[in-house]
Amino acid sequence: MSYNERFDKRKFDQTRPIEAKAGVIKNADGSAWFKIGKTEAFAAVYGPRDLYPKFMQNPSTGILRCNYNMMPFSGSGDRVRPGQNRRAKEISMVTEKALLPVLDLTEFPNAVVDVFIELPQTDAGSRCAGICAAAIALADAGLPMKDLVSAIAVGRIGDQVLVDLSYEEEAFEDDPVADIPIAVLNNSKQISLLQMDGEVPKEMLIKAIKLGIDASKQIHDAQIKALKDKYSGDSQ
Amino acid sequence: MGEITVEDKAVAVPGELLAKGMDCIPSYGTYREGENVYSSRLGLVNVSGKVIKIIPLTGVYNPKRGDTIIGRVIDVLVSGWRVELNSAYSGMLSLKDGTSEFVARGADLTKYYNLGDYIMVSVSNVTSQKLVDLSMRGPGLRKLSGGQILKVNPNKVPRVIGKHGSMVSMIKNATNSKILVGQNGLIWLNAEPKDEVIARNAINMIAENSHISGLTEKVKSFLEEVTGKKVEIVERPENEGNDDNGENSHDNSHGNNHGERNYDRPRRNFDRNSDRPGNRNR
Repeated sequence: MSYNERFDKRKFDQTRPIEAKAGVIKNADGSAWFKIGKTEAFAAVYGPRDLYPKFMQNPSTGILRCNYNMMPFSGSGDRVRPGQNRRAKEISMVTEKALLPVLDLTEFPNAVVDVFIELPQTDAGSRCAGICAAAIALADAGLPMKDLVSAIAVGRIGDQVLVDLSYEEEAFEDDPVADIPIAVLNNSKQISLLQMDGEVPKEMLIKAIKLGIDASKQIHDAQIKALKDKYSGDSQ
Repeated sequence: MGEITVEDKAVAVPGELLAKGMDCIPSYGTYREGENVYSSRLGLVNVSGKVIKIIPLTGVYNPKRGDTIIGRVIDVLVSGWRVELNSAYSGMLSLKDGTSEFVARGADLTKYYNLGDYIMVSVSNVTSQKLVDLSMRGPGLRKLSGGQILKVNPNKVPRVIGKHGSMVSMIKNATNSKILVGQNGLIWLNAEPKDEVIARNAINMIAENSHISGLTEKVKSFLEEVTGKKVEIVERPENEGNDDNGENSHDNSHGNNHGERNYDRPRRNFDRNSDRPGNRNR
């Protein structure tokens, strides 16, 4: 059996519905909410603020510190144990590395910018949703940024290359599956995150990344809209 | 031939194309890549001639030389005080710049400024590593006694002050209060309890509606409504070159506040969680 039609009747290059909003957490310096399909992420940015322990300070630049957290009942299956685990640590680290190329924190030596990503509900693609939300939140915090980062998962099921896999698709058993989250810098189209779960031939990988870069445009539009909507009614 | 691709005063997001061509000059909050100029910050586009810059709408305070700010004493050192500035960096107020009195070797410095005191200071120097030197030398710089401290976003301070101090002096006259505005977003407010509430609401209203034009009129009608008095908009052009107009309340705050809560410390009137003593609340 081959995978000719997607479970939710989407086209193979079509993402799930995207919604985003900036400035959702009052106490944070910058914040955002990003929803793609059933996956929802909140990001809160605090800082630049002073950094302790002192050995973590970097005198030549400010540092970025990300924290990815899935809420206990966010998944469709069992309760997730709250707090840090191996997976959350890894995702926090790749999120940081995906966002750093656009950020310029040299203005803030010895300081830290904290990004907290919370996921109240997940249905695959949570690290991508987290990166998208964090990019909006960092811009909302007024930090110097060259560009926005848009992340999306691409992949394959059998012979089909597709974008934005849902959990159902990620767990497809009859054909080999690959899940490839990527993050794209919008102006230069450079890639700042590329991971893979599963296996994929070279040609399909190249095709999948191309599809992902095209799909990232829609995410970028949603991110811009979220930031501009915060100041709509702006007549000054 | 160069071409500006955005409208003046539009909202720009990071990475947005602002102009094409080499004859446009990128200024604050923008950068050039190839022949194009892009935004590197969220803010309002400001085009003057060929110079494009971004006026930021959000962000924490970054100390700048010459700013007049309100800080809180967090440590008393051998020859000075460490002051928290509502920023990522704390400032150092040395004994020499902190008081004009003679201070004997080994004297108790808490006599001048104690832990937790709020002070109005000016930033005398900022190094590349963001070591901030503070000074109390200048008009209106002093320890703040009594009253309360409010917090607004530092980018909204120009709106709270208004053109030539029109906004802040309007609130001061309408509510008969003393207000000092620090460029780091801390505001000291001292008045009778009833007026204090009105002034606080007016300041919060400005902070929430800072991007709306005609805000002075809106605040004026709000103040007229709650105080039941006629409110005048006063501009003070004689204070030119000094955009922190809160200072002029210094003149009338001498002498007439004896006996009140003069030696009390200002109350903090903001959510403790939104305070920014670094990692302490993590």
